Amino acid sequence: MSADMNTLAFNTECHLFIPGCGFEAPGLHSFVFDPLFSIGSFNFNKPMLLALLSTVVVVWFFWAAFGRAKVVPGKLQMIGEAGYDFVRRGLVYDALGKKEGEKYVPFMVSLFFFVWIMNLWSIIPVAQFPVTSVIAFPAGLALLVWLLWVGLTFKKHGFVGAFKNFSGYDKSLGWVLPLLMVIELLSNLIIRPFTHAVRLFANMFAGHMLIVMFTIASWYLLNGVGIVYAGASFVMTILMTAFELFIQAVQAYIFVLLACNYVQGALAEHH
Amino acid sequence: MNALVTLASEVEVPENPLVPPIPELVIGLIAFFLVFGFLAKKLLPNINKVLDERRAAIEGGMEKAEAAQAEAQQVLEDYRAQLADARHEAARLRQEAQEQGAALIAEMRAEGQRQREEIIAAGHAQIEADRKQAAHTLRQDVGKLATDLAGKLVGESLEDHARQSRTIDRFLDELEAKSATDTAKAEAGR
Repeated sequence: MSADMNTLAFNTECHLFIPGCGFEAPGLHSFVFDPLFSIGSFNFNKPMLLALLSTVVVVWFFWAAFGRAKVVPGKLQMIGEAGYDFVRRGLVYDALGKKEGEKYVPFMVSLFFFVWIMNLWSIIPVAQFPVTSVIAFPAGLALLVWLLWVGLTFKKHGFVGAFKNFSGYDKSLGWVLPLLMVIELLSNLIIRPFTHAVRLFANMFAGHMLIVMFTIASWYLLNGVGIVYAGASFVMTILMTAFELFIQAVQAYIFVLLACNYVQGALAEHH
Repeated sequence: MNALVTLASEVEVPENPLVPPIPELVIGLIAFFLVFGFLAKKLLPNINKVLDERRAAIEGGMEKAEAAQAEAQQVLEDYRAQLADARHEAARLRQEAQEQGAALIAEMRAEGQRQREEIIAAGHAQIEADRKQAAHTLRQDVGKLATDLAGKLVGESLEDHARQSRTIDRFLDELEAKSATDTAKAEAGR
């Protein structure tokens, strides 16, 4: 498949008022890519490439900013420090406190910038695909956070304490307690990581879908009187792109915020 | 969420979008661990060190400034204390000088007074002595003159000392008595 097909995956010859061809709406197929290359049964595709490029971008940036950090910072270091401080103070210290939180700062900083850059590919020309709209990427990260949270809970409270923590054990509830414990266990251990991953995935998925939708529509409508609608659709593409820029940062923020809250819940004394 | 799941299962696509494909999961985790590894092992400790150094530098600077300020304050207080001491000393000296001056003046005045009285007393004594001397001399001279005159008038020398003396004394006594009554009269008349 060509690069064009990788980006848009629709018939570029087709327009409004051309007989025998209709609008090809974007769908789940817009999120499935043919492999760029294959090694045996392993297929390397565009989202994987973008994920690895995210690593390169984040590491390159922080290497450039902090590699030879100075007491009197340069421009890049200042920007890096601002970003670092934003996550460290705004998220980690806020949720966990300075003393408890210090240990988790590197994890949360990595998480935030990695997720953000993966989201950001959505509006970078040529890339134009948010890596996090493939469930595997947010799921992997959510799994990591879940493991961290569960591990910390066991470490902090012991086996029984952790179980009580997960199940919301509270003697004073009486006969409701068994029911509550089932719900809480399900909610905490299964639904929580699932929603954690899906929240990020679905937002980026929907955002990408909207942008692709308006992009394809702009192209499809570009014929005869349809040009007016094409213009409107193109304006929407621009607006949605700007909106996505905002949503990408917000979703990265929320993902890390939730991670911090889960860790905080694990470290807190049980109630 | 459930809606999404059912939607996904209804649509004819090769994969359920909520089932993570394993290769992507692995690649994603590798990509993340690379980021985490670089940041946690090298870059964030790097920046933390620098941030600590910066804080130390700023705090060091502030401590220095505080120390300098404290020293300046101390010096100022010392200076003020010294100034106050000096003022007290000066006031004390002035007071002492005044007291000494006053004492000196009083002493000198007393001395002058004493000397003056001495001089006056000495003068009085001198005058008295002179007066007595003069009176004595006068008495002798007057006696001599009177006897000489009387001798000349009487023609005989009043050689007899005893008589001579008696006569002179009597005369002088009369004279004195007369002058005394004259003065009394004059004072009464005034």
